[in-house]
Amino acid sequence: MSSLNVADIRNEFPFFSANPDLAYLDSSATSQIPKRVIDRMNRYDLLEKASPFRGLYTRSVQATEDYEHARDLIHRFIHAHSPREIIFTRNATESLNLAAYTLSASLLHPGDEILVGIMEHHSNLIPWQQAAKRTGAVVRYLPCTPDGLYAPDTLKSMLTPKTRILAVTQMSNVFGNVNDLRTLCQLAHANRTIVVADGCQSVPHMPVDVTDLDVDFLAFSGHKMLSPTGIGVLYGRESLLETLPPFLFGGEMIEYVTTEGAVWAPLPQKYEAGTVNTGGAIALGEAVEYYNTIGFDTMMAQERFLTQRLFSGMLDIPHVHILGSDKPEGHHGIVTFLLDGVHPHDISAILSENGVAIRAGHHCAQPLHTYLGINATSRVSLMFYNTADEVDTFLNLLKQIRGALGYAD
Amino acid sequence: MQIKPYYNEILTDHNLHPSHKQVLPDANFTLQGVNPSCGDNITLQLKIDPDGIIRDGAFAGDGCAISQASADMMLDLIIGRSKADALELADIFMRMIKGTASPAEIETLEEASSLKDISHMPSRVKCAVLGWHTLEEMIHPPVSRAN
Repeated sequence: MSSLNVADIRNEFPFFSANPDLAYLDSSATSQIPKRVIDRMNRYDLLEKASPFRGLYTRSVQATEDYEHARDLIHRFIHAHSPREIIFTRNATESLNLAAYTLSASLLHPGDEILVGIMEHHSNLIPWQQAAKRTGAVVRYLPCTPDGLYAPDTLKSMLTPKTRILAVTQMSNVFGNVNDLRTLCQLAHANRTIVVADGCQSVPHMPVDVTDLDVDFLAFSGHKMLSPTGIGVLYGRESLLETLPPFLFGGEMIEYVTTEGAVWAPLPQKYEAGTVNTGGAIALGEAVEYYNTIGFDTMMAQERFLTQRLFSGMLDIPHVHILGSDKPEGHHGIVTFLLDGVHPHDISAILSENGVAIRAGHHCAQPLHTYLGINATSRVSLMFYNTADEVDTFLNLLKQIRGALGYAD
Repeated sequence: MQIKPYYNEILTDHNLHPSHKQVLPDANFTLQGVNPSCGDNITLQLKIDPDGIIRDGAFAGDGCAISQASADMMLDLIIGRSKADALELADIFMRMIKGTASPAEIETLEEASSLKDISHMPSRVKCAVLGWHTLEEMIHPPVSRAN
């Protein structure tokens, strides 16, 4: 494992030279982008643009090849069986809506149960509430441990013969702890329950192998993994996608159309209605190449180093309370906290005034905050391009925030 | 590195030592105001006499220093005044935040005038006006927002 030269890495991200006085500690919301990813997208948009799939001329054929090459890179990146299992979407939210809509249409009946994790981001929660309303199914909530995990035993006790779907995240965007998704899938499958997983926080930060996990669906967003907004992915098990109905209807998703009806295109085009986001997909493919070049071993070593430094520094600051695991290994680059007597928005605003960007609020996980009995929290999130100096700047300011609000200690 | 000051003393003092953050047992008007985007919430209580004078007021809630201090300053200002005066002050406050109130008008807001720089912090405007919006809705309820 080679160690990372962070200065060299940061030179590849124009954001850092454009914002030299900012410590960007909000990568779980959206990551920064290496120049080569945007250059590749621009090359398509400015020099190579043509609509893929339909044209019979060279440029269109090339666009199809480049788009499919991106799909191929992503299928290997997450170890899917086949590129047909990779569906390009706008973002993880659209991916999860696709899964919820098509699964509910073909699977759910009145009285059926959808088991949704209490840590879920709204994007893996509201689509299930709505699916339940459409079909008469019931949403039940799988609680989490204080460490921010779904315990297999708890899952076992909550699965019933009526549980059709389990919706869980691989890594909570609040706690940053990694679920044993493989075991959760085993338990669910033994109950004939389909698993829809949110991979938004896991896929950008660790190797994810959907075949080993044996997960049925996994959603993630490009913009959290070094890519532009507007491109996301839904991995779906091929045998399931074959039996489910389409989500959106229109051009590109059909094989044959008459005035009476249509025959759907084979996978994955069946789920990619309309002219696709070719440039976005190509950019995401380039980001995957970037991941492959640097390697998760190297990236994760830097993220572990930074998390450790952040975590132990925060433990030393009076009045700071970290949510979730009391060990840094239980926080993969994400540390969410409370500071006694100071509202998270004040923390974030004061830090912003001092050149540090962190997130404050409920992090799109309002039911989790209600479950924890907290209105809002503050979250620091790290990526391999962050530095020890940035972490130290944050820690030094955090120590002074109560004083800035008039507290004596 | 020394932290840059961000909130002035008037604001931090109202936030840490509010005069009106309590329950008003004989309130005849109670209304909750919420900022859905950030989760700030305030329950405003007023005791308004039949002659339209705001005899007493209090608030409860959870939110950032600006939202809480602003509500406390508002109550300092409106207790003892008529409903009409309170609405006029709320209007001046809103215009101050938008940057369109005159210096003479801003002076009538007393300590609440210390929030005038919020007009340069677009992300905090909703925090500053939460209590004042709740006051306006209480005195002049909107038609209906239910859907």
